Amino acid sequence: MTEPQNPDASADAPVSASTRGLGDWLDSRTGYRALIQSALYERVPGGARWRYVWGSTLVFAFMTQVITGLVLWASYSASAQTAWESVYFIQYEMTGGWLLRGIHHVMAQAMIVLLALHVMQVVIDGAYRAPREVNFWLGLVLMTLVLGMALTGYLLPWDQKGYWATRVATNLAGLVPFIGPSIQQLVVGGPDYGHHTLTRFFALHAGFLPATLVLFLVLHLSLFRKHGLHAKQPITRPDAMFWPDQVLKDAVAMLAVMAVVLGVILLPALRAILAGEPIVSGHLGAELGAPADPSEPYAAARPEWYFLFLFQFLKVFEGWGATGEFLGAIVVPGATLGVMFLMPILGQWKLGHRFNVLFTIAILAGAGLLTAMAVHEDYYALWADRSAFADVEKVLDSTGGDSEKIAAALGHDEKKIADFENRRHKLEAIRRSEAFLSAVKQAGIDADRAIELAGRPEKIPPTGALSLVRSDPLTQGPRLFAQHCASCHAHVDPSVEGAEQVFAKSSAANLFEFGGESWVRGLLDPKQVAGAAYFGNTAHSEGDMVSFVTDDFTDEDVWNRSDKEAVVFALVAEAGLLTGAENKKAIKRGQELIADTDRCGSCHPYGENETERGYAPDLNGWGSTEWLVGIITDPTHQRFYPDTNDRMPRFGVASEGGLPALTSEQIELISRWLRGSWYRPAVNKKAEPASVRH
Amino acid sequence: MTAESHQEPTDKKTERRSFLTGALAMLCGGLATVPPLGAALWAFLDPLRRSSGAATFLPLTDLTNIPADGQPRQFPVIADRIDAWTGFKAEPIGAVYVKREEGSDRVEALSATCPHAGCFVELDKAAGCFRCPCHNSSFTLDGGIVAPSPSPRSMDSLECEVNKSGAVSVKWQNFYSGTEEKVARE
Ligand code: FES
Repeated sequence: MTEPQNPDASADAPVSASTRGLGDWLDSRTGYRALIQSALYERVPGGARWRYVWGSTLVFAFMTQVITGLVLWASYSASAQTAWESVYFIQYEMTGGWLLRGIHHVMAQAMIVLLALHVMQVVIDGAYRAPREVNFWLGLVLMTLVLGMALTGYLLPWDQKGYWATRVATNLAGLVPFIGPSIQQLVVGGPDYGHHTLTRFFALHAGFLPATLVLFLVLHLSLFRKHGLHAKQPITRPDAMFWPDQVLKDAVAMLAVMAVVLGVILLPALRAILAGEPIVSGHLGAELGAPADPSEPYAAARPEWYFLFLFQFLKVFEGWGATGEFLGAIVVPGATLGVMFLMPILGQWKLGHRFNVLFTIAILAGAGLLTAMAVHEDYYALWADRSAFADVEKVLDSTGGDSEKIAAALGHDEKKIADFENRRHKLEAIRRSEAFLSAVKQAGIDADRAIELAGRPEKIPPTGALSLVRSDPLTQGPRLFAQHCASCHAHVDPSVEGAEQVFAKSSAANLFEFGGESWVRGLLDPKQVAGAAYFGNTAHSEGDMVSFVTDDFTDEDVWNRSDKEAVVFALVAEAGLLTGAENKKAIKRGQELIADTDRCGSCHPYGENETERGYAPDLNGWGSTEWLVGIITDPTHQRFYPDTNDRMPRFGVASEGGLPALTSEQIELISRWLRGSWYRPAVNKKAEPASVRH
Repeated sequence: MTAESHQEPTDKKTERRSFLTGALAMLCGGLATVPPLGAALWAFLDPLRRSSGAATFLPLTDLTNIPADGQPRQFPVIADRIDAWTGFKAEPIGAVYVKREEGSDRVEALSATCPHAGCFVELDKAAGCFRCPCHNSSFTLDGGIVAPSPSPRSMDSLECEVNKSGAVSVKWQNFYSGTEEKVARE
């Protein structure tokens, strides 16, 4: 206390307040004027400069994160079944949630950039030298804390990209000698990733790290005040006060940072406006991927861009074994930080200072280069011309990649072989990049779908969004089909280019829009039935069905045009894939024709006819989900092809103690997907009248 | 202010007294913080006590579902899983690649988890090898490392069993990544 306090002073207060004002009264009780005075009237040697703004912008960025973070916190729920779900809600359903999360997300990145600028300015200006060494160290601690918050924040939405990036990061932490595995287990919260990984990361991100950061920030700022601003030498202009000159510059810089952040968030909206497309606010700001799924490969796994250089750095040690990984993940980054801690000591000498500056520039340039390399590798296919390597591909195809055979194919010419190897590596790089790009695309599709499902009127079940995704025919169908069916069956729109080549390679029918009108028309078309898209490449290529369609069905005396049409619609009706515009009478007529034991019914059991099962597939409910589930489960069932099944596995039947190739849920997913039966949001219903089918 | 009269003690006495007071203050304060700090640390270290349990053989598929052409095929590993307070029934907990040589009943299984840093290794059918999408480690179809790769070891093989009726099961385990030796996590 500067003023002697008289216990009687309070008695005078009302009188004084009326004369000297409320401000004086408050000052006498708090001394706030002195506080403001000392905060604002700091001498700035040589006057205000733009280069001093970085520290202030960082404080501003941190305050932004605190404000937005607290409100995000108010809506976030850290658990494996609620993290993605609550972030989805913030992003897509909460008023202004996209903006809040967008600012938090983009400002975090801005903070990294500002941090780099601040460190660079301090080192180049030599501001770390005596007596400011301790403050430099405090700054380095702050930097590490900020990076830690960036790392922990990436996981919190619990989406695929955060999950897989964190798996890599925590596995690398496990490489620390002796205590690594324990550290890993402690941050992960157990032997496996789950609830406690989220709760721990969240506690770190929103509690422990920021609280520590505030502590160090207070120390950093008070030491900064104690030593005063380190002025850029030589001082050519008169000194000035912090207020208002430097404050103005700081404020302008803060505004600029905020403008850039908002710009990044809103740029896609501007693009949409220019393109005349509707703006979806949920798509602005921060992305949200598909919910984390440990059993779903995620080939687009990459860390946030500012950690990309560390990610790329691991590739540098190719072929070094465990030592390389240890060097890349622990030793080099640790040593770099170590050198930075020594900077104030090295900087006592002129040469040392030069080293520090060069070192900082080299680190930043190296990080920049590695980042560029990572991006270049990933996006290489966008500009590389794969067709220029057609000859290499041809050689590889014909030799199967066998080096002996390749050498023979190239006439054992050393130079040619070397050249070939060189170009082969380039080709591999292109293919890797293509794989990455398609993985990114797929990740986008999966994310959009997960968000679409979460937005259903029924909302997300208590089991979480992952259960929605796992039971979605549109998401799972293509994957299951690719894994289990695509080695024989095609699933290609016959009207697209190159479809014929795909059919030629497949050994079973094309199942694109199976059961729909155009599929049935193709089946009953004498020109197509024996083609590769139907029975052509199967054991039935010369079977009774083919001869029926090519001979009997073309006999106009027996089958007139309208009867043929009727059969088509009756079959589509069995599949339940009618569009609604069909003639009911024709369908009825078709059903009679199918049941007729002189026509289809002579082979196929249907309706009331008494044709025995086992010779040709039962047409009751043909093409329906139930029928498809049945045939995929066991094609040799009496209802389908007990004697004439052509190589199709019994996907749902297992031996004792074993598991079937596909679970009943998986078979149902494939069946629904084949029939186009999946959830579609209401807005599209008009465009696609056949929405949810059974 | 009320003036209090007190004696002027000797320097030594004051020193000793204030030392004792200080020591006592530190002791009391220190003791007071032990319970919260201790409890916090105790609970914080809880994950160290947790283990994923002994590795068991889990049913995977049937022999007939594994093509006998030496081409690996991906299978999910299904098991009940407990995540802290949530119990899952029959969840996919990981994935393996299984292959079988032509004309043989011998089955080999490889964990799909990359031994480098834990990404999901993919089967590149066109190139006839395994490839990790993260840092480009490549492995042969037998799981052997293709040099130069950042991974310190080959893909992790898992024990397999085929019973008389052709049911295939696999001993599911996680291994430490980034080491030359394959060490199972407990
Ligand atoms: S995690 Fe597979 S190469 Fe790094």
